[in-house]
Amino acid sequence: MNDVSSDMRPDIPDDYRYAPSHEWARVEDDQVTVGISDFAQQSLGDVVYVELPQVGDEVNAGAEACVVESVKAAADVYAPVSGTVVAVNEALEEAPEMVNQDPYGDGWFFKVEPTDLEEMDDLLDADGYEQHCESEADED
Amino acid sequence: MLTSIGAPSIDALFDEIEPALKTSHFDGIDEGVDEMTMIQEMAERARRDEAGPCFTGAGCYDHHIPAAVWDIAARGEFMTAYTPYQAEASQGTLQLIYEYQTMITGLTAMDVSNASVYDGGSALGEAVLMAVRANRAHPSNKTGGPRRIAVAGACHPHYVDATTNITRNQGIELVPTGTTDGRVDLDALTGMTGDRMPVAVIVQQPNFLGLIEPVDEIADWASANGVLVIAVVNPTSLALLRPPGEWGANGADIACGDGQPLGIPMASGGPSFGFLCTRSSLVRQLPGRLVGRTVDRHDQPGFTLTLQAREQHIRRGKARSNICTNQGLLVTAATIYLAIVGATGLSRVASRCHERTRKLVGTLTGVNGVRSHFAGPYFHEHVIDVGQPADRVADAVAELGIVGGLPLGRYFPDLRNCLLVCATEKRTDADIARFGDALQQVLNG
Amino acid sequence: MNPGETIFDIGKPGRRASAQAPAAGDAPDLPASCLRANAPRLPEVSELQAVRHYTNLSARNFSIDNQFYPLGSCTMKYNPRGAHRAASLPGFLNRHPLAPESASQGFLACLYDLQETLKHVTGMAAVSLTPMAGAQGEFAGVAMIRAWHDARGDDGREEILVPTAAHGTNPATAVMCGYRVREVAVGADGDMDMAALKAALGEKTAGIMLTNPSTCGVFERRIREIADAVHAAGGLLYYDGANLNAILGNVRPGDMGFDVAHLNLHKTFATPHGGGGPGAGPVGVGERLVPHIPTPVVARDGDRYRWVDNDQIPGSIGRLSAFMGNAGILLRALAYARMLGREGMRRVGEYATLNANYLMVRLADAGFELAYPERRASHEFIITFRNEAKTLGVTAMDFAKRLLDYGFHAPTTYFPLLVAECFLIEPTETETKEELDAFVDAMVRIRAEAETDPERVKTAPHTLPVSRLDDVKAARELDLTYSFGEH
Ligand SMILES: Cc1ncc(COP(=O)(O)O)c(C=O)c1O
Repeated sequence: MNDVSSDMRPDIPDDYRYAPSHEWARVEDDQVTVGISDFAQQSLGDVVYVELPQVGDEVNAGAEACVVESVKAAADVYAPVSGTVVAVNEALEEAPEMVNQDPYGDGWFFKVEPTDLEEMDDLLDADGYEQHCESEADED
Repeated sequence: MLTSIGAPSIDALFDEIEPALKTSHFDGIDEGVDEMTMIQEMAERARRDEAGPCFTGAGCYDHHIPAAVWDIAARGEFMTAYTPYQAEASQGTLQLIYEYQTMITGLTAMDVSNASVYDGGSALGEAVLMAVRANRAHPSNKTGGPRRIAVAGACHPHYVDATTNITRNQGIELVPTGTTDGRVDLDALTGMTGDRMPVAVIVQQPNFLGLIEPVDEIADWASANGVLVIAVVNPTSLALLRPPGEWGANGADIACGDGQPLGIPMASGGPSFGFLCTRSSLVRQLPGRLVGRTVDRHDQPGFTLTLQAREQHIRRGKARSNICTNQGLLVTAATIYLAIVGATGLSRVASRCHERTRKLVGTLTGVNGVRSHFAGPYFHEHVIDVGQPADRVADAVAELGIVGGLPLGRYFPDLRNCLLVCATEKRTDADIARFGDALQQVLNG
Repeated sequence: MNPGETIFDIGKPGRRASAQAPAAGDAPDLPASCLRANAPRLPEVSELQAVRHYTNLSARNFSIDNQFYPLGSCTMKYNPRGAHRAASLPGFLNRHPLAPESASQGFLACLYDLQETLKHVTGMAAVSLTPMAGAQGEFAGVAMIRAWHDARGDDGREEILVPTAAHGTNPATAVMCGYRVREVAVGADGDMDMAALKAALGEKTAGIMLTNPSTCGVFERRIREIADAVHAAGGLLYYDGANLNAILGNVRPGDMGFDVAHLNLHKTFATPHGGGGPGAGPVGVGERLVPHIPTPVVARDGDRYRWVDNDQIPGSIGRLSAFMGNAGILLRALAYARMLGREGMRRVGEYATLNANYLMVRLADAGFELAYPERRASHEFIITFRNEAKTLGVTAMDFAKRLLDYGFHAPTTYFPLLVAECFLIEPTETETKEELDAFVDAMVRIRAEAETDPERVKTAPHTLPVSRLDDVKAARELDLTYSFGEH
């Protein structure tokens, strides 16, 4: 089994925004793409399934949008911004391991047509998120 | 041991419990007895319930159980193991469940099965909850209105009760469509349109009254209207009857029932086990345990519990069900039963039950005042009308040493003169003649 | 047998066992349209092949009959064979569930006696035996709490409280009963955090679900204070009886202030676990909930016993199974209770507690870290490997797998969720001191290995039929049924 070592420093790229519940969000052509952070995929371990939302679903910032499962855990994924789901990453159905391998790229979850793009400003930037991760790691 | 602990007495080990809570003794519980005395007492009671031939079915059947089944199932290695959470130390149980999943999906012609739920009644409850989760497209999910589940035709009333009680607190409502001639009223079912369109439809085959339901029509109507089909089936009958996976053009979505006919004694109705099967696409909605085949570090094949993230120990409040302990040992027996009888043996059992029941109906309807209540084909149960209140007739027949069918008035007032009778492969010509004579004596003196 | 060889691999077309039923002799009188076209794919083996295959499979299990099996929260004790024999008497095995009452007096008398016995054991006003496992007992309990609030027209109560240490069935049950779950923190000493409890209680509280002794392996000392606070807020208390073994004959849930309790007969009262089940989860209720108990129950009029159904208990939450729950398990429990008697029951709790405290002290002396070092063990206790995990990279799971090589089943791992890298260890009353000492020796040796040869521990087990299994592959590439023709 290819357990990901929890000592590995998580990758936190600068050009993404982050929710404290470990989702990332990124604006492209007025749509917001959503996934989970490297820190989140490391703590989950090998992802075996992503229960994606359906295109057309309404999501609300901070509310559950979908679920990601590893062998020993299931975690809710919260929408970082409100809006309508316009695309989901169907490739994850066949290859959930992409969430582990490329959390910020091919491992994206869904895209939202946001109701209010300014909600992006409520999210953490890379520095803020890094501090947040460190404080969570210290709690153990 | 107390010295190692550093405690003066066993009582001291309970010193964190406030004294007022401690019961000094249990009034009302007797002194214990030795094993021999206990067995003698229990045997005296068991003897009181020994009865002659059983002609009652209604969800629990007196089949022959090959001797080897319980010799093997009751081995301590199966009986005294826990749930196979430590896979490497539980390969016996795990592989057996994988074989069971294969056998029960083969019988029902469904894709996947879990490792059991409690019994047939609660299996139907779980099936309904599953259907509500699975049918995400149903309008009731948007409107927040009640989620209606149609009960087509004659479904076991105890199953319907248990299911109602298990699902009631989640805004689910079971709606019976009513019957004509003991079978589904198809017009009433297909008249459930618009707001009344159910999330799922339950169909029992053969139905509670022993009759054959038009399952293809029901399944096709359902799939054309975005309604999921929940099949309740008797596993023995599946050796002869078309399995739920082949109902209509698309098959049923969920199949469930009670595994008791597969090598499990009647034992007052439990323990047996509930089986629950579905399509591959709904596997993540299944409650309960699942076993998968995988490999170990040396690439050797092995078996392990899988998709556990659906279950309560991981998903907690969002689990597919609260089920934890299931009916593992009974699944063990059923798996060994199916291995021993095979497809040929099971179809012999089924055919013989069918033949014995026709013989029984012929004999009983030969008694003056007795007639068959419903026309049409039946599998191994049938409703006979005895011309007077059937509960009294059943009691009188019992006095003559025969368990003579289930009086139906309690469930269907207009069938108060009717008995639901069954003959399994175990009922001999002599047994049947004895029931006929007893009925003759009770009805005609 | 070859690794992974299934019953389907050893069959040959047309091969049959001799124990099959005789053929019917005539064609079925059923319309062709409802008949099955292709026979189901079932094994085609001789009787001996089936017997040998499943006997060999059984040898690939650990079991109480073979090994020490100290699974916390599971009470894996020896269950006297006499109880099994009693439940297997022909009069019981052959009784049809719907047989007339006149032909069921022996069985009904047994159920009645068990109801009475469990009333005394729990300190409750009435008992219903029908729930088929702990989780269904929980369901019955919470559904009754709901029925009680509803009957009073008190319908604003939407929350069930559960401690963070609770078993997963507790929150799952609350949701099945239509409630929201609100978690309440457990303090550093293993008792409930009273401030958190008081903050959570209010007009939304329908009730609380508690296990006592708790799943932290300690007795909840402020239980009466908790009961008063919950009652004052208008809620009821539900007792998860999975851990009753610890206090059997000593303390009763009814006296602690609980309104409803379930018992796991398959833990405390003589049913072995069967590789997953069956069990039984009877519920006992205080006066308030008597009108809501699940049916059927058994009543006695003089020397006659009879069923009591919904028509006589109109407020009942109704039946939860097709017949009488797991009737056979109820008979086992009665047989066991009869053999123990009141003194025996008390001894069960005492010896379970003695064994747990002894094992806890011995492991602590050997240098293992206790989760609650200031506390007495109940019938179980928690140790944590967080130091071993940090310094040696050897986790609780590694220790668990290596214990299998030493011939011990692993304790419960990673539960309760609030203690990192933990073992929940429950030795039960039926183990000897020698067995407990041998377990301590194995633990000490494994820790020595973890220091000198951690790989050996991390790759364990080495001596079982299979080595550590790839459960990621199992989940990603689902293989849930045998593929005919592909092997
Ligand atoms: C603390 C606790 N509560 C509830 C349960 C559930 O009981 P059952 O498995 O019989 O449903 C268990 C069983 O594992 C348990 O340990």
